[in-house]
Amino acid sequence: MQINQEMLGTFIEKAGLVSAKVSQVKTLEEAFAYTAVLCDGKESCPLLVSGCELNLSEPSVQLCKEKTSKIIAAPGLDKEQFASLRTLCEYKGLELIDDGLRRHLGGIDVGFTVCDLGIAETGTLVLNSSSEEVRLATMVCETHVAVLPQSKLRATSYDAEPELLQFMGSTPNYLSFITGASRTADIERVLALGVHGPLELHILLWEDK
Amino acid sequence: MQDTNTLKEYRNQCQEALDDEFLRKAMDAFAKAYRTNRVNAFAGINEKALIAEIAAAKDGAISRLPELYEEFRVKAEQAGVHVHLAKTAAEANEIICQIAKDNGCRKIVKSKSMTAEETLLNHRLEADGLEVTETDLGEWIIQLRHEGPSHMVMPAIHLSRYQVAELFTDVTKKQQDSDIEKLVKVARRELRGKYIEADMGISGANFAVVETGAIGLVTNEGNARLVTTLPRVHVALCGVDKLTPTLHDALRIIKALPRNATGQAITSYVTWITGANACATGPEGKKEYHIVFLDNGRLAMAQDPDFRQILRCVRCGACANVCPVYRLVGGHRMGHIYIGAIGLLLTYFFHGREKAKNLVQNCINCGACKEACVAGIDLPRLIKKIHARIQDEEGHALPSVLLGKVMSNRKLFHTLLKTAKWGQKPIKDGSTGYIRHLPMIFGKEQDFRALPVVADKAFRDEWPELRPKKVDNPRFRVALFSGCVQDFVYPEQMKAGVRVIDGHGVDMDYPMGQSCCGLPLVMMGESESARDVAEQNVKAFDLEKVDYIMTMCASCASHLKHTYPRMLGDDPELAERARVFAEKVIDFSSFVHDVLGVDKDDFKEQGGQGKIAYHSPCHLCRGLGVTEAPRQLLRKAGMDYAPSAEEDVCCGFGGTFSMKFPEESRELLNKKLDNVKASGAGELVTDCPGCVMQLRGGADVRKDALRVRHIAEALADRKK
Repeated sequence: MQINQEMLGTFIEKAGLVSAKVSQVKTLEEAFAYTAVLCDGKESCPLLVSGCELNLSEPSVQLCKEKTSKIIAAPGLDKEQFASLRTLCEYKGLELIDDGLRRHLGGIDVGFTVCDLGIAETGTLVLNSSSEEVRLATMVCETHVAVLPQSKLRATSYDAEPELLQFMGSTPNYLSFITGASRTADIERVLALGVHGPLELHILLWEDK
Repeated sequence: MQDTNTLKEYRNQCQEALDDEFLRKAMDAFAKAYRTNRVNAFAGINEKALIAEIAAAKDGAISRLPELYEEFRVKAEQAGVHVHLAKTAAEANEIICQIAKDNGCRKIVKSKSMTAEETLLNHRLEADGLEVTETDLGEWIIQLRHEGPSHMVMPAIHLSRYQVAELFTDVTKKQQDSDIEKLVKVARRELRGKYIEADMGISGANFAVVETGAIGLVTNEGNARLVTTLPRVHVALCGVDKLTPTLHDALRIIKALPRNATGQAITSYVTWITGANACATGPEGKKEYHIVFLDNGRLAMAQDPDFRQILRCVRCGACANVCPVYRLVGGHRMGHIYIGAIGLLLTYFFHGREKAKNLVQNCINCGACKEACVAGIDLPRLIKKIHARIQDEEGHALPSVLLGKVMSNRKLFHTLLKTAKWGQKPIKDGSTGYIRHLPMIFGKEQDFRALPVVADKAFRDEWPELRPKKVDNPRFRVALFSGCVQDFVYPEQMKAGVRVIDGHGVDMDYPMGQSCCGLPLVMMGESESARDVAEQNVKAFDLEKVDYIMTMCASCASHLKHTYPRMLGDDPELAERARVFAEKVIDFSSFVHDVLGVDKDDFKEQGGQGKIAYHSPCHLCRGLGVTEAPRQLLRKAGMDYAPSAEEDVCCGFGGTFSMKFPEESRELLNKKLDNVKASGAGELVTDCPGCVMQLRGGADVRKDALRVRHIAEALADRKK
């Protein structure tokens, strides 16, 4: 399939405007390597999640103690893909999980997902999150690495509408539009990233076809 | 949360807000930044067309809400959702408490829902011994402070980082830094535990999409995702007005809502939940999922031919963002629970007349909200209509009744005005044309601007001598509409206008049967008298013999043009006449620039006159959409036009508003004059005698070296 370069350009520009870090990858393996390197390079001490350096209340301090290593959650991959990523993680001493996310609600380092659609006009990712594990991986992680197959890019939300309706039609369904990292401007209108969800969003545009 | 009993108390509260330095600074910075952000956000989008589409789609849905509810219920139930319809706020709260009881829930996390604010849900849940935690950062902050939101999108906009740091110090029992990024992280960590412990999550809903049975949530922080995922029970509280037939309707609103709310192309998250999803801790691995629809007067409102458009609201908060009064007094004084222009209206319908009666008067009628509304709601007009309705329900205030009686009797009104010139003798300052020593009835608070005296001779009395010679084969036949201020206070403005037009082949007439346009009556909530004067005016003009009805008062012009056809539209004998009348109405600048096409050659070459600033009257730039003509005229007449900041923000006059809320009027006036001063202009011109009265009187009190005139006067001076 011929990739519409203009649409791709718009997506990269719009996602960049909301502080998403966009890169292009040729293969899924390349995306795995990116993820492992990113997690390994994360500065936080394996025990710490964001905010541990601050003055927290006792119960909140306790919550970080549940975390014992750097963790990547990659639910939704097939066996072969998961094994491929696991090899990379083992090599770097990272923990890789694809279920039991509820045991890691204190925080995980990286959530890895492959997205279902992209909307160029706003730099938006569409992720079918009906699996609770997928949902949680994108919510409790500090960095979300999202792979977007370029063939799934649509120009506008209207263009994506038939496919969106298809997802929603297969109930129950939990469908997420994700545009940039979690953000707030609730204190003095100053923008701050990572209030409840990811502090960073990395988008890997995968030249899938 | 505004809930004062008397107007006096309400004004005192507003004054407190005016004295809050942090609030003033925060609101000013916000108002300015929002303006730019909004323009950028809508760049490349046909905003007007999008608004019209949204309004039409919403109207379609509003006309069949009960039907849509049924369709949605069936669809959602098929997907395992329990759907409820609550008639009242109390009923909605009861249903939610019962769900908590039935499922043995004790701890609740909530994401932001204005509807839950409307029903005061938290109070009810807490009364049942349930622990409720708001997880939206702003909502959490105000919950901890036990106050209501001061903005629909940014509920804690009235607070500083220092106040938040203090609050968080209390909550964590550890000293907190005032660094905003750190405070946000503290909230992230403190709230995470709350999600984990909670057994029930409560969210609102921006949409209930009928064709799919899904709700849509538009959020930035990601808290609604956690609230709807982690606890085993999820309750979505949703106004029935959020029902929308198709996903397309919702996608369309998403193109506008974030742009209008925060200047974002889209929010970080839009979440679509269809049916009871997987939930590891729920019964049989499924979520216990309820949607509670709230009526609370909405279904009845949907039947009202006029007020039904209120249900188009998408809760973006833009009507507050652009409101000059909100900017002054903040959200706690500009709404009971719902904030801003829409808040004034919703307060009446959801929380009753008592809560609304003072609020609805605090609208200066500048039209900024109407222009920014992404659902095309005619907010200022509806606010006036509610004001009038409250007066009808409660009985009209005596001064308001008297004004109505006097003004709807033209001869009596004009006699009184003419008599006033004798009465004002002892207080008149002959050299300046201002009233010195304001009479007692005005009170001390009116002294922020000097008030003019009534002219010795009204324009209508001078007209027989002033009237230019009859033009043979005129290009245009024009009837002048002066309005009261130019007729009785500033006839020189009318004379200047006539002089500018004279010599361009225009046959001018001044019909003597004309009276006040009626806008002051609308502002006072006297709709019947307002209709009476409208009828008199429409009948005073021989419409077959005029091409244009030209008025130099922007407020009169927009009132004649937009309100008359509506006001008289239900009278079969007057409807057509009012329509034609309105069609012929034109403002001075548009007539002179666009119709007559005056050009450089019509003016003398004059250098060294200094810079001239322009104030764009609300009812001209927004009321009539006229922005270019007056500025072009200034340039063509060779004036050194110096643009100033916020030219199109209200000067604070607002007719009777300035009498009712002098503290606010004064602040708006000072802001305007400060901006003009910063432009370095020695003269300020505008298109409305009301604005001239306010600005000139203010400049006089401040002793600013500023000449304030109607644009016609400046043009007449330079005419060849």
